[in-house]
Amino acid sequence: MSASEDMPDLLGDCVHCGFCLPTCPTYVLWGEEMDSPRGRIHLMDQHERGAPLGPEMVRHFDQCLGCMACVSSCPSGVQYDRLIETTRARVEEHHDRPLGEKALRALVFGLFPYRRRLRALRGPLRLYQRTGLDRAVRRTGLLERVSPSLAAMERLAPPLGPAPRLPERVAARGGRRATVGMLTGCVQGEFFPGVNTATARVLALEGCDVVIPRGQGCCGALSLHSGRAGEAAAFARRTIDAFRDVDVIVVNAAGCGSSMKEYGELLKDDPVWAARAAALSDRTRDLAEFLVELGPRAERHPVPATVAYHDACHLAHAQGVRSQPRALLAQIPELTVREIKDPDVCCGSAGTYNLFQPEAASELGDRKAASVRETRAELLVAANPGCSLQIATALRRQGTEMAVAHTAQVLDASLRGLGRGPLFADGS
Amino acid sequence: MIPGRRPRSDAGAPVTADPPADGVKGDGMNAPLDRLAERFAALLPPGGVITDPVRLATYECDGLTTHRASPGVVVLPESAEHVAAIVRACVEENVPYVARGSGTGLSGGALPRTDGVLIVTARMRRILEIDLPNQRAVVEPGVINLDVTRAVRANGYYFAPDPSSQQICSVGGNVAENSGGAHCLKYGFTAHHVLSCEVVTPDGDVVELGSGPGYDLLGVFVGAEGTLGITTKITVKLTRVPETVQTLLAAFPSIETGGTAVSKIIGMGVVPAAIEMMDALAIEAAEAAVNCGYPADAGAVLVVELDGPEAEVAHQFAAVERLCREAGAFEVRVAADDAERALIWKGRKSAFAAVGRISPAYLVQDGVIPRTALPEVLASIDALSAASGVRVANVFHAGDGNLHPLVLFDDAVEGAADRAEDVSGKILDLCVEHGGSITGEHGVGVDKARYMPRMFTDTDLDTMQMVRCGFDPAGLCNPGKIFPTPRLCGEVPGVRKGPHPLVAQGKAELF
Repeated sequence: MSASEDMPDLLGDCVHCGFCLPTCPTYVLWGEEMDSPRGRIHLMDQHERGAPLGPEMVRHFDQCLGCMACVSSCPSGVQYDRLIETTRARVEEHHDRPLGEKALRALVFGLFPYRRRLRALRGPLRLYQRTGLDRAVRRTGLLERVSPSLAAMERLAPPLGPAPRLPERVAARGGRRATVGMLTGCVQGEFFPGVNTATARVLALEGCDVVIPRGQGCCGALSLHSGRAGEAAAFARRTIDAFRDVDVIVVNAAGCGSSMKEYGELLKDDPVWAARAAALSDRTRDLAEFLVELGPRAERHPVPATVAYHDACHLAHAQGVRSQPRALLAQIPELTVREIKDPDVCCGSAGTYNLFQPEAASELGDRKAASVRETRAELLVAANPGCSLQIATALRRQGTEMAVAHTAQVLDASLRGLGRGPLFADGS
Repeated sequence: MIPGRRPRSDAGAPVTADPPADGVKGDGMNAPLDRLAERFAALLPPGGVITDPVRLATYECDGLTTHRASPGVVVLPESAEHVAAIVRACVEENVPYVARGSGTGLSGGALPRTDGVLIVTARMRRILEIDLPNQRAVVEPGVINLDVTRAVRANGYYFAPDPSSQQICSVGGNVAENSGGAHCLKYGFTAHHVLSCEVVTPDGDVVELGSGPGYDLLGVFVGAEGTLGITTKITVKLTRVPETVQTLLAAFPSIETGGTAVSKIIGMGVVPAAIEMMDALAIEAAEAAVNCGYPADAGAVLVVELDGPEAEVAHQFAAVERLCREAGAFEVRVAADDAERALIWKGRKSAFAAVGRISPAYLVQDGVIPRTALPEVLASIDALSAASGVRVANVFHAGDGNLHPLVLFDDAVEGAADRAEDVSGKILDLCVEHGGSITGEHGVGVDKARYMPRMFTDTDLDTMQMVRCGFDPAGLCNPGKIFPTPRLCGEVPGVRKGPHPLVAQGKAELF
């Protein structure tokens, strides 16, 4: 049965208890029923019973971050993830968006899932940053007036360093324990290339042959989580094909990992791909999840630093990966890990959310940044490129420059005995 | 009673009708509401007034979904001044109003009025003051129960009332419903933890109700289910975190053996912080929802928690363990740390919502019986279940005899809901027959008003209504709740046969 036919049953699972409210970022911000999971489910039910998908209703669906904190907190097992994905697909199909919104969406979905287009943007973006033009533009506030979404995009662009290309295969060090495929991702690959090189090195140092297929592209996460199911399915098929020869696919971006784990569901009605999709979902692991399953072998050297660990929603809520990254960080001598207040509440990045809903996103970013500052940590560790960009931007807005690193980079520094230095260097 | 989910058949379910298109409301049919909406829009910050029918419908019920009514207007005030101005405006227009916190109530106490205003306190969520030396905090009504505890836990304090919905229910809602929770056996209800309330009266005045000589107005107000005014500021008592906490889970072959253990524990003079029981069906549901890992094949499990000074707890805990085994427990697990304790509680606290996993729909009942009647009443519920073919799962605060039978049914089967409703009502009859009450902690609201005459005489009910009329003569503050037959305040209740004898003798005064 497709999710759409399932809709009445999925909606019926909600008992209206309200346990989801306190972890919903938009309910935390506005305290309104229709901007809570319970309220959105009520709206979906109204639509299911014949109420039209008007702009008011669509607005509340659009304002959902898709962080899935409600899925974690629901005692009745409501599959809000499926509900919102189905609803978003219906919105894309039936709702006629205003022209400005259409153009922005075309720009975002025509750019981010395509590495080559992102790469083409790197040159001009580096130039823009190095000439200081970025600061000048921000001072004028012009972009903010023309389009808050474009301004958000501009603010979020990370400082860019050189992007080394990874080889197709990285050999295991000291006896092979596994052969793993590695997803390089779009934004991760182009804007945070250092994370991918660190991931490959850590896997190799832990005894894995790392296969990085050239033919891989976008995993489809942005499309899938925005109701563009057809587009997502095309990306999924290509990804499945690219990784046909490996036993395990290791993913270092939370959003990508969660969407790949959904391939089975996404393609279950496709007779040619259903079985392969399900198999790929079963073989997908987040980096931290995989490393904990594998067990440590390489020596951990000290990294004397105090870090705050941020739970990415698509890692904690969508994949249930919470303890593993903390366990990996705890193995590193002289590293102190601090917890961030309200870890369940999203930072506002949420895939494309900070581009389409810049105001709510920046309020959430500010709250998260304030909680991060309260930890008095010197380094923020997160496992999703979107979160890192979002929180770093919010911190900067509050006048705090804090170094940001991926779990893989902290492990890399420890395994190679480089100490804390590389984690606090600019760029990468 | 709460249904696990709304009936899918549209028959009888007052689901949202086709919402009228925008602008249709201004047709003069609801001129007072339209005028009020305009006034509120001028009063409140942007986004503080909701009039769009699609959005209004999301407020049509609280945690109890069997009763639904889309509010006429929703307002989200941010201060006591806002609330007072809203109430005054409603009084001027003679429009009824209902207060709502997080919308988790289980008796429809916050059921809106289609011809009225719903005042939602979700944006009044500031903790205004924390005064640790005097063990008190001042909070706005929309503050979430658990957030009070979170704010002071690091200093060794907490807010004691802990209803199962504590992660989301509001303190204002706790005050209205006089909420209890698993630990109220030892620590009491919300009433025991509220020192004073700032209240917007049904006249729109802002007054402070606290302790002092004269009438215990605070005592009347807490638990009045929002019919006597709206609290805008609450001074709560903070309780010291006990020196130690010990929790055990005991598995019994049957409900009866578990009930025996409860009686023996209380009989020995131990007052546990909590003593909770779940039967096999409830265990099955909790297991499906949260993998709490309760012993397999248990007919009932008992969760016993002791807290206090270490020496006392150690002494009593050994006795409790022994009593459980003597009563027939085949497995006793002691939580070694907070994580294990949390897992034991997770099963219990998720039980209500979790029942949705084993039944398409269900009703949650809330009744009280004397603890000594536990085995007898539970056996009667079993018989009722067997005779009617309606499954009943039992979750309850065993220490104070507060039952929460969950009546399961399949809403796809015709007549099943009515049969469940019937069994659920008969369980309340059992409670009253055994000298208990029709509600322990979920309140009367709109749902149990019809059961009030089973427990109270007409004279009782009239007396209660006179108190209500004293506060709210116009009957605009959360009308239609608690009382089966609302009275107009000018009406003289009961049959009068001359003056009361005590008045005639000059020993009492009528005023």
